[in-house]
Amino acid sequence: MTSRARKFLKDARRVTADLRHRQIIHAALHNYEAARDRRKAAFADWLTARQAAAATKWEAINYLDENLTAFADKLAARGAKVHWASTDRQARDIILQIIQDKAARCIVKSKAMTAEEIHLNEALERAGLEVVESDLGEFIVQLRREAPYHIVFPSMHLTRGEIKDLFQSKLGSAPSDNPEELTMVARRVLREKFINAEIGITGANFAIAETGMISITENEGNARLTAALPRTLITLLGIEKILPRLEDLALFLPMLATAGAGQPMSGYNTLYGGPRQPDESDGPVEFHVVLLDNQRTRLLADTEQRDALHCIRCGACLNVCPIFRHVGGHTYGTTYSGPIGSVITPSLRGLQDWKHLSSASSLCGACTEACPVKIDLHHHLLHNRRNAIAKRLSYLEQFAYDVFTAIVNHPVLWSLGKKAGRLLQPLHRSIQGGPLDPLRSWTRTRDLPPLAKPSFREWWRKRK
Amino acid sequence: MTHRGAALTMRGNRMTITLFIPCFVDAFYPRAGISMVQILERLGHKIVCPKALVCCGQPAFNSGYWEEARPVALKTLETLRNAEAVVVGSGSCGAMVKKFYPELFSGTRHAELARQVAARTWEFSDFLVNKLGVTDLDARFPAKVTFHDGCHGLRELNLKQPPRALLAEVRDLELIEMGEAETCCGFGGTFAAKFPMISAAMGETKCASALETGAAYLVSNDMSCLMHLQGLLSRQGAKIKILHLAEVLAQQ
Repeated sequence: MTSRARKFLKDARRVTADLRHRQIIHAALHNYEAARDRRKAAFADWLTARQAAAATKWEAINYLDENLTAFADKLAARGAKVHWASTDRQARDIILQIIQDKAARCIVKSKAMTAEEIHLNEALERAGLEVVESDLGEFIVQLRREAPYHIVFPSMHLTRGEIKDLFQSKLGSAPSDNPEELTMVARRVLREKFINAEIGITGANFAIAETGMISITENEGNARLTAALPRTLITLLGIEKILPRLEDLALFLPMLATAGAGQPMSGYNTLYGGPRQPDESDGPVEFHVVLLDNQRTRLLADTEQRDALHCIRCGACLNVCPIFRHVGGHTYGTTYSGPIGSVITPSLRGLQDWKHLSSASSLCGACTEACPVKIDLHHHLLHNRRNAIAKRLSYLEQFAYDVFTAIVNHPVLWSLGKKAGRLLQPLHRSIQGGPLDPLRSWTRTRDLPPLAKPSFREWWRKRK
Repeated sequence: MTHRGAALTMRGNRMTITLFIPCFVDAFYPRAGISMVQILERLGHKIVCPKALVCCGQPAFNSGYWEEARPVALKTLETLRNAEAVVVGSGSCGAMVKKFYPELFSGTRHAELARQVAARTWEFSDFLVNKLGVTDLDARFPAKVTFHDGCHGLRELNLKQPPRALLAEVRDLELIEMGEAETCCGFGGTFAAKFPMISAAMGETKCASALETGAAYLVSNDMSCLMHLQGLLSRQGAKIKILHLAEVLAQQ
């Protein structure tokens, strides 16, 4: 077992036993489910919408080369500088270079999972720069020096009381757990940062090939301030964010808001097409767009799992995932948690190191059912398991399955096995759940049913 | 045509049904299998239970050991080669034969056989409702029950309606749906043993939802889920009892 798998098990053991955590997450997601179902009902036909979205993303990804160059050319024609980063390191270096060329110190950032993926904040801080997260949830987890808990709701694991204590100790605010007052505390801090920032960094929700525009959808207006106030704007995005046409947003914006947060539309939906133009009075003077590969082309080359690049990072699969709900976002130890994270992390960061995430699933398929762009998530978990075994199998497990095959393929052995089991059963009861119990992984938490006498097959034989 | 009318015409059309009783039903829950035999025979069909049918091979398959799963699956396929209709007594094993065998054998010389057998295979409730067109089995079960949708049956085989259509015709039965009916119980085959803490936590959530209904019975068309849930419920000392759908439908 790898050290990552051991850590996953250890953290999973702790969080699954934390009933307070379970209650917080269930309550939050219960509210989400109700809102999502209300919004889904507003679509004429949600299934058809999903089908259309999947087809559009299929087109975007299967013609990624053409779409990306069209996007980059259009954007560059309006004066934006487009950078291509193959790796996380290249992306960090490009961004750091832009900042250092400006001799800038203060950076304000809006929410970007790609920035989490390349550990951008750590790199900027190591270079002595100040970077402030302006999304409220991200601002909170940044104050806690913690990774986002969820790709859409970064601080959903915290209660108002915990946020009150955090603001009080880190920001010296007056104690209040009133959401509006807490928001005003963050707002006062952040407004100052927006005004002083020399660089703004954003992510992107969609990149429109047809017009060379970045689409950002948000609820707090912080991305607009991040993109509009500082003199230099840097947008970091994965190459899979592409959509072929501007009109595709008519489906994707409401779909993302519905699947992700149970909203008809997010509060602010903005398109960014380049730096300040000669006839414009505001906006960034320089606009840099960093397109990140970081192993996405490996998924692109995988015909079986290519559809994982359809992902619009709505978080719907996390929200419905019973594993996510019980182990929590941090237990995954990845930037992208939940089903989509378990599917893509082995491709992005190494199959052998992250295969345990694909095993940590009951393959229930709730994720696949929820995915607005119809990624075959739970079957890809199954494929990851197969791929991991093909590359490196466990001889012990293989032996176990060879024994299993021999038994079930020989009905006589199967009969004998059941009889032996019945004989050993009373003995087993005395050690059940204890350290000597070979079935402890089952019996520690659950009773084992007694082997029936007669079994079905014995009954059937006698009857005939 | 009403379901009842359809049932009468189908009764005249006698089929030979190969009943695939999964390994864990055979070993732990024979009454579920016996009930299926009784129901199908009562409808006038001939039942065969080939000795060679033990397991579908899903544990190895789901763990990624496809090479090890193939000999088990192949033995099953060959046993079912000439079957007129195959009824599987579990949504999960049914999904294995119907949906995953074609994938497991894709590109091999057994691909066509896998496809043919899959097309003739039905999960028990699906067979009754959608193949035979029967929903009223003249059953009576005076109790409050709640129904758990096994994930494989629900999402791989799309079996939301058949069990409910059958339960709706059972006299004196009151079905009380639980809030988490479609939420995974946490069994997941080898997952239950590899990640017992997650599996048990999921099971606790499921049990709480089932208990909230006040039902006396927790019913499902997947005994594997119920085995896991019963294991938790008996530790909790809960009074609710588990039953396979077939056991309810066999009550007269």
